[in-house]
Amino acid sequence: MTIAFYIASGIAVLSSLMVISRKNAFSALLYMIISLLSVAVIFFILGSPFVAALEVIIYAGAIMVLFVFVTMMLNLGEEAEKQENTWLHPRTWIGPSILAIILGILSLMIITSAQSGFLSGSEIGPKEVGIALYGKYIIGVELAAMLITAGILGAYHLGKRKNTVMHRYLQDTEGGNL
Amino acid sequence: MINIPLEHALVVASLLFMIGLAGTLIRKNLIYILLSVEIMLNAAGFAFVVAGAHWMQADGQVMFIFILTMAAAEVSVGLALILRIYHNLKTMNADEVSNIKPD
Repeated sequence: MTIAFYIASGIAVLSSLMVISRKNAFSALLYMIISLLSVAVIFFILGSPFVAALEVIIYAGAIMVLFVFVTMMLNLGEEAEKQENTWLHPRTWIGPSILAIILGILSLMIITSAQSGFLSGSEIGPKEVGIALYGKYIIGVELAAMLITAGILGAYHLGKRKNTVMHRYLQDTEGGNL
Repeated sequence: MINIPLEHALVVASLLFMIGLAGTLIRKNLIYILLSVEIMLNAAGFAFVVAGAHWMQADGQVMFIFILTMAAAEVSVGLALILRIYHNLKTMNADEVSNIKPD
């Protein structure tokens, strides 16, 4: 099980690197799904099976499906890849990458400077999580409900299409379509 | 039973976060920027779950569930915004959006 942790971590890091370097949006999305699934494997190894299931169901299942759906709706084809070739010039990405690498080295130094214990992987099941979630964190659940309501309303408002008038006689005098 | 040092798991989390940060900075396409933000949120939740596993408490997992909820709301609004921007400007370039002027 210990070796599985390192294999899954390597897959997660490699596929995340592939996500930010792909030119085709669909291959980036598929690599993102692989990255999320390997993170779910790590959660399972660390003894959090409930969160591992949520990662597969909600992240890889729902959020990524939204991304795939929008990418298919936009229907970006060959010219989008050509655009990516011009946008992804080494001159644009080399500076931010170096700065991110320096920041990463700093955070690695901070993490490894302190000696702290080991992960035993003893299981914390859905029962404990549910008791904590609906016990002392109930205010967080209510706030999350408000956030989701605001998200639904915002997505509905932004996604709502003004109805396009096909004939000029039917056109509203003051309202143009967007 | 496993025996993994806590640092190794935290190193993986920080690597994932840095990859997401670099992706947010280097890409111009709005969909990739949103994907990189997802990578960063996932890395933050990963660190929470690792901490919860270390102290053998359920709080880390509870915090991951909150991050998951937040990510779902953020993605729905963000994708609706992307669709609207593409509808109006016919481009996915994030730089073009800064040219929007108020009427």
